[in-house]
Amino acid sequence: MRRWLLTLLLLIASLPAHAGEQITIAAAADLKFAMDEIIGLFGKSHPDSLVTTIYGSSGNIQTQIRQGAPYDLYFSADIAYPRTLKAEGLATGEVQPYALGRIVLWSVSRGALKLSDLTDPSVRKIAIANPGHAPYGKRAEEALKAAGVWDKVEAKLVYGENVAQTAQFVQTGNADVGIIALSQAMSAELSRQGSYTLIAQSQHQPLEQGFILTRRATNNAAAHDFARFMASKDARTIMIRYGFALPAETK
Amino acid sequence: MEYSLSPADLSAIWLTLKLATVVTFILLLIGTPIAWWLARTGSRWRGAAGALVALPIVLPPTVIGFYLLLAMGPNGLIGQLTQSLGVGLLPFTFAGLVIASVFYSLPFVVQPLQNAFESIPERVLETAATLRASKPDTFFSVVLPLAKRGFISAAVLGFAHTVGEFGIVLMIGGNIPEQTRVVSVQIYDHVEAMEYAAAHGLSAGMLAFSFAVLLLLYTFNPTGKRK
Repeated sequence: MRRWLLTLLLLIASLPAHAGEQITIAAAADLKFAMDEIIGLFGKSHPDSLVTTIYGSSGNIQTQIRQGAPYDLYFSADIAYPRTLKAEGLATGEVQPYALGRIVLWSVSRGALKLSDLTDPSVRKIAIANPGHAPYGKRAEEALKAAGVWDKVEAKLVYGENVAQTAQFVQTGNADVGIIALSQAMSAELSRQGSYTLIAQSQHQPLEQGFILTRRATNNAAAHDFARFMASKDARTIMIRYGFALPAETK
Repeated sequence: MEYSLSPADLSAIWLTLKLATVVTFILLLIGTPIAWWLARTGSRWRGAAGALVALPIVLPPTVIGFYLLLAMGPNGLIGQLTQSLGVGLLPFTFAGLVIASVFYSLPFVVQPLQNAFESIPERVLETAATLRASKPDTFFSVVLPLAKRGFISAAVLGFAHTVGEFGIVLMIGGNIPEQTRVVSVQIYDHVEAMEYAAAHGLSAGMLAFSFAVLLLLYTFNPTGKRK
């Protein structure tokens, strides 16, 4: 037994250390599908860089970075969060806007829905991301209020920890409809399972999204490469394919 | 600490206490026969049943949460049952949390009871039988008093463990005020929204509560020199 344990320890210790530079990216959950593709493409031109990603709610990631989380890049669904970090001296360089997000009504079985349909008694549970710390949740709340249905639907709301869990509540059939990111609804996985209706941008504040290189990444060349790669034509094409509107040519 | 609990915090505390009380009550009801059977049976299924009951101790709450979410959904077994009974779906409801917590805290009630039942000598039960005590009579006038400490441990641990639940609630609760937003979730929300003072208020309360419960348990129910 003891020898077996020793072998195991040796095995773990001898795992190959990666030669190239490591990048850890923390990104808002709405980016999951687009970002996975972008990283795949980045990997082709940078075979030596090892990219690790963590997806979560933008607010949560911001808190983690403030507490010293080992992230090199932070892609937030709300540009206000990285701006705060920048003001606190936790960023390297400028806050870079990278996309404008859109919210949609998404359901598995109900087809095209309008916000006003949500008051219908047959809609029993509506999933939105937690408005307290998830930008998509905050915009969902604004849209429900702008449509004048908030008071009537508030009792039907269930709150996802982030926009990914929100979609999952609908996927599993536990919520009838959800307000999620267009980028999720357009992914191969979700577009197979359900259908979406865009919510007009006039119904909510813009979902201006921004990213930063963290202070930790100051000397990480690969992380700087990745930041530049986001402005490349290839990366932008992927972002557009997932329904993001892009800011005018970045520098 | 300059922080007074907000109405939302108080409602989370009330909900948590309500949940733990209901769950403890149900667990004592169903845990007692299970523990009795496990303590007394010679069945070859004893090992498997014991392992099944103990599963929540080793399983990550995410596993239980994930399977419950699927099982309680419209396509799951529990979901189809509850729908055909006209109760609707259980996720995001108080009833759903009760069922999840019963699974989750089951071993913490069954195991102390089982230990207590196992320590009752067979001879005592035989004596009761020769005195023509009926089985229920034996249970209430012989077993119950002898296993009193086991029942106290079981109730305290079941209650405390339910209060400490987080992962499953996060996965199937949907964070609804007065339904599923228990104290642990409320703390998580405070931290994520960077309301650290509010998080401290509730966290310090949880810490004090947990310590007090365990102190009570270990002071009045010492496991070391139980006769």
